[in-house]
Amino acid sequence: MIATLIQRAVVQGIPLLFGSTGEIMTEKSGNLNLGIPGIMYVGGISGVIGAFLYENSLATPQDANGFLAISIPLLCSILGSLIMGLIYCFLTVTLRANQNVTGLAMTTFGVGFGNFFGGSLIKLVDSDVPSITLTTTSNYFRTTLPFAESTGWFGKIFLSYGFLAYAAIIIALGCSFFLNRTRGGLHLRAVGENPATADAAGISVEKTKYLATCIGSVIAGFGGLYYVMDYANGVWSNDGFGDRGWLAIALVIFAIWKPKSGILGSILFGGLYIIYLFIPGLALRTQELFKMLPYVVTIVVLIIVSIRNKKENQGPQSLGLSYFREER
Amino acid sequence: MAEALALELKGITKTFGSVVANKDVDLKVYKGEILSILGENGSGKTTLMNMVSGIYYPDSGEILVDGKNVVITSPKDAFAYKIGMIHQHFKLVDVFTATQNIVLGIKDGKFNIKAVEKRVREITEKYGFNIDLNKKIYEMSVSEKQTVEIIKVLYRGADILILDEPTAVLTPQETRKLFDILRKMKKDGKSIIIITHKLHEVLDISDRVTILRKGEYVGTVETKDATESSLTEMMMGEKVELNITREEPENLTERLVVENLTVIKSDGTVALDNVKFNAYGGEILGVAGISGCGQKELLESIAGLQITTKKSSILYKPDDLGPQQLVGKTPREIRKLGVALSFVPEDRLGMGLVGNMDIIDNMMLRSYKTGRGSFLNRKQPKSLATEIIESLEVVTPSASTPVRRLSGGNVQKVLVGREISSAPKVLMVAYPVRGLDINSSYTIYNLLSEQKKNGTSIIFVGEDLDVLLELCDRIMVINSGRITGIVDGRTATKEEIGLLMTKSVEREENNE
Repeated sequence: MIATLIQRAVVQGIPLLFGSTGEIMTEKSGNLNLGIPGIMYVGGISGVIGAFLYENSLATPQDANGFLAISIPLLCSILGSLIMGLIYCFLTVTLRANQNVTGLAMTTFGVGFGNFFGGSLIKLVDSDVPSITLTTTSNYFRTTLPFAESTGWFGKIFLSYGFLAYAAIIIALGCSFFLNRTRGGLHLRAVGENPATADAAGISVEKTKYLATCIGSVIAGFGGLYYVMDYANGVWSNDGFGDRGWLAIALVIFAIWKPKSGILGSILFGGLYIIYLFIPGLALRTQELFKMLPYVVTIVVLIIVSIRNKKENQGPQSLGLSYFREER
Repeated sequence: MAEALALELKGITKTFGSVVANKDVDLKVYKGEILSILGENGSGKTTLMNMVSGIYYPDSGEILVDGKNVVITSPKDAFAYKIGMIHQHFKLVDVFTATQNIVLGIKDGKFNIKAVEKRVREITEKYGFNIDLNKKIYEMSVSEKQTVEIIKVLYRGADILILDEPTAVLTPQETRKLFDILRKMKKDGKSIIIITHKLHEVLDISDRVTILRKGEYVGTVETKDATESSLTEMMMGEKVELNITREEPENLTERLVVENLTVIKSDGTVALDNVKFNAYGGEILGVAGISGCGQKELLESIAGLQITTKKSSILYKPDDLGPQQLVGKTPREIRKLGVALSFVPEDRLGMGLVGNMDIIDNMMLRSYKTGRGSFLNRKQPKSLATEIIESLEVVTPSASTPVRRLSGGNVQKVLVGREISSAPKVLMVAYPVRGLDINSSYTIYNLLSEQKKNGTSIIFVGEDLDVLLELCDRIMVINSGRITGIVDGRTATKEEIGLLMTKSVEREENNE
């Protein structure tokens, strides 16, 4: 039972981990991208569209090529999230629009975009249920190591996931290393803390913000892709992704802007998100109370961090602010 | 002096909207010399240098480095021509260490903090800097931050160093240390440009002085041929008499009785320790001390902005009421009783003024509670704004220009002018002339003297000991949150005060 809980928590946590790692990279450059929930939708639906077109081009599912079945949705997802990231950057960095307003608009747009194309695909296949199923692609995404089944609880906890889950953890570790150990990371953090200083030091603020935000968007988009292809077994249904995007943003604060802490945080959040399934005898309305837990934990962490008031544990100093060199 | 030209500017012009910051300015800097750029506030000194360091781009004019015409569009370009600027507001990332800040933005070679540290140490030893490279910036004193800035520029191999008001926030001892270092750099063949308005520093350190007035180039003189009055004349365009009129205090009435005042900061350190003093109406009480010794907490406690310990007592004695205990009152109640705080922080716009609002609206921040019902009364603040602009000679296109568009000194005049206009019984001012040129400084000193004659009790926190000795009737020395002595402003000497300022600091160091 514990092993099942942990395994379910990890599966729930991976989309959040992708989202929060992407958002951390973005926020470290001083961009508060509240469009992440929308970007995760777009990342998901773009992958779905790619997979749908590929599956429909095949005569029978047996013809599917494993490499193409994975790389086509992956590339489509990257493309979708990248365009979202570029739009956000163009508005906030180049045109210096308000980041909060832009982000919220991106979320509204992304969710609508996902539902529109999701609905269109459902209509195309003339399905009885309001969802679309991509079993062939999903099977490739869900392929686990062959010996995962035979190693009991150990295999269940550590080896039973598709490759994207491991990618999420590797990306988080990679981002952590990048931010803390490399020159690029130092420059990125400087831009988020104090863009005027970074500028005076000869770092291109615009370029850094564009790069960080676009890469962050792509990482977050993987969260949407993982959700559809792995977690939901290749079933896209409109609004299925729910509020996970916001949870990912909460996770950024919970992890105090550290991708490494995000790994454990995402599993904890994932566990809290589904813990109601493991507590017997809950009425429908009490379940909702349990679903609140991740947010309650975030608020508690915010309180603790504010009380301790350590400068390193705060968000980047100029988070949410546009930078204009000649402004006085 | 070496003869080779390091930097030359020809006909530089820069405008911000309708404000002309620089008009047709020429400038020459030779190798191995220290050049001062002298001018009143708003005369365009900083703007001019910002164009050399790539922060702004000139509307017209040429910049020549080593005799070659160059285009500098970003700080990166400036570094490529070996030009480095130390800004008045330091450009450092607070949560980074000194080393991280120094290496920021350098892209050549492998990223290796250890190797960087070694090279930084070579620089610190060469010029005699004293700094802990692993300290975070937010834990540093102003002087340490400045040191990091200078090392940062040297690490990039700068041959032309521009320092914007480097001594504005330093103690006399720190200033002397800085000047020693600058002289060493000069000997090393580097060109140093200092933006300043402190005449005695100009005469002390520089080889030549270039003077700007209202954005225009006035002239350049050899320091050895210059005197304070000749420089002032060039700066102002006319001969001016600079005197502080200090009259004997009359009708002294006790206004404030402070006892057992203790403030403990949120991190547990003691900011003020059992402070006890009296302040009288009709006198100026000076407060001297190394910055960060509790001056801010002292003023804020009286104004009701600080949480003090239970034993603390601040008794205020107005004429019409009995003694009032200020501890426990809100800032608004205290202000209503006639105790005004005019605090000029390091960042002038940070406290007291709203940058995006114009002068009139900023005046209204004090009077918005008057007027009928929920409607504002704009007439009074408008006439007050005009009055301040006229009497303090604030340089502004109009009273409805946003305050942040004014130069630093003019912002300060607006702030101090507003506080004085409310005719308080107790007026507290902290660093009211920080960053101001001489003429405006003396305007403010004389404004304060006038207030004193009217019977106001003035508490003046200052950093220039010469001014404190010239202006104040009594000088209270604060040191690490304790009062180490109160001396007579007429008889005390600079050395005496300096000793009180540092005495117990040494003792504390021994305790560690």
